Amino acid sequence: MRYLPLTDADRRGMLAAIGAAGIDDLFADLPAESAAPELDLPGPKGEMEVERALGALAARNLPAGSVPSFLGAGAYRHHIPASVDHLIQRGEFLTAYTPYQPEIAQGTLQVLFEFQTMVAQVTAMGVANASMYDGATACVEAVMMANRVTRRRKAVLSGGLHPHYRAVAETHARFNDFDLDRADLDPAADEDLAARLDDETACVVVQNPDFLGRIRDFSALADACHDKGALLVVVVTETVSLGLLKPPGEMGADIVAAEGQSLGNGLGFGGPYVGLFATRDRYTRQMPGRLCGQTVDVDGKRGFVLTLATREQHIRREKATSNICTNSGLCALAFTIHLSLLGEAGFRRLARINHANAVRLADRLAAIPGVGLVTDRFFNEFTLRLPVPAAPVIDALAEEGVLGGVPVSRLCPDRPDLADLLLVAATETNTEDDMARFATALEASL
Amino acid sequence: MTVTKYTEDHEYIRVEGDVGVVGISDYAQGQLGDVVFVELPDPGAEYAQGDEAAVVESVKAASEVYAPVGGEVTEANDALAESPGLVNSDPTGEGWFFKLRIADPKDLDQLMSAEDYKDYVKDLD
Repeated sequence: MRYLPLTDADRRGMLAAIGAAGIDDLFADLPAESAAPELDLPGPKGEMEVERALGALAARNLPAGSVPSFLGAGAYRHHIPASVDHLIQRGEFLTAYTPYQPEIAQGTLQVLFEFQTMVAQVTAMGVANASMYDGATACVEAVMMANRVTRRRKAVLSGGLHPHYRAVAETHARFNDFDLDRADLDPAADEDLAARLDDETACVVVQNPDFLGRIRDFSALADACHDKGALLVVVVTETVSLGLLKPPGEMGADIVAAEGQSLGNGLGFGGPYVGLFATRDRYTRQMPGRLCGQTVDVDGKRGFVLTLATREQHIRREKATSNICTNSGLCALAFTIHLSLLGEAGFRRLARINHANAVRLADRLAAIPGVGLVTDRFFNEFTLRLPVPAAPVIDALAEEGVLGGVPVSRLCPDRPDLADLLLVAATETNTEDDMARFATALEASL
Repeated sequence: MTVTKYTEDHEYIRVEGDVGVVGISDYAQGQLGDVVFVELPDPGAEYAQGDEAAVVESVKAASEVYAPVGGEVTEANDALAESPGLVNSDPTGEGWFFKLRIADPKDLDQLMSAEDYKDYVKDLD
């Protein structure tokens, strides 16, 4: 096949075939002002001029790495060792798109196998897949998997579930015909999700730590779910928390859906990220996504292959467990290398440092007159109640060169009652000086 | 005397009184190749004729197994969990999938006899 653009003769031939006099005929239905709008574009520029123009645009951003940043709410700035970026570019990992053929992709396949092992270990679950697009899609895939396992079609969503995750679930529910019972976010009280369980409930979805940073033990809720024949889905948006907190598997979770960005992956304007997905062994065949397995070749040597592919769309067609036929391979690779470099002890130490920094910061900020700490037990993120709406305060702080967290109103615009709440995250990247600048600027802005 | 009937989707049902033993035919197991997993219904599950009742997975494909007649599942062949290969080695014997209490014997009239089924698969090859 020639890979050339169409010639004028090709175009004339196609237009003649459909009975159109010219290209403009194809756009006859468009209003005239939309069909040929006047574009006020600058003239052509040389490479240096373009670099200068784009550089000026980029300079209007306030990158989280350039100032004291306390942003979180589902995406966290952590230190990524320089070796991660070096190693992910090695030739062993550079393969063409869909690098799943065992003959040529043992490097990639082995990494995916190691990745799955790590995800299963940190979540304390039996089996994990080769990754999903991100935490939010992993979450809705968990809901749909629970629907398959239980043959029911209703999910109870905690009010503490990240609003973006809830929104993705709502989109899928609308088009895949299942029901959502959504609890409201309540910063003041514990929600009683067990009371919402009935014989139609496929799963209950909770988040730990939740959107406001609160830590909970869901063991009792897991028992309540199982008594009703429902599954417990635990969402984790900050994977580093698993280095310190009781893992979902030990609480009785049936499915864990998590965002893995915190390890190996920068904030990157919101993506690409990497979804973690783990479940109990007995549900392996209902799991969505790719799964890599260990086997032996004809000579008895250890090797890695994709396995249980009959769950997937290219074989199972419309009965497949999911539409996802891929994974976030590069992000999963970075995750795997970062966690390997940390090791178990390093991972736990990193989590402790995060928590210690957050506690220090919370004490400091809560001492400011008029500022209250809403979250009683938290990991590296907590919620403050300000004496004024949080959003203008955060804008003012940004002017001072401090990214002072995420106003809850950013993600819950329909909840004016939460306008004075501010989510603040602290990680290992925050210094004493960062915290002092934040506290000083916050106090001055109130 | 027992009668065995077949569907166009290659399930068989061997009628033993008011209970039918359901599995997939020798032709079907040959087409699938090595069976690696069978997902079976729970006893007590009720199906109408033609409902999806089980899934059989081979190294090549995954296929649904439909209830040849309507009825309630009385027993599933738990041996297939450990030894799915029984479906290949003995499809109409030890490789059965589940037993069904036949709700309406008239459902059987819509199925093929062993003779008819033999002609049916001959035309498929």
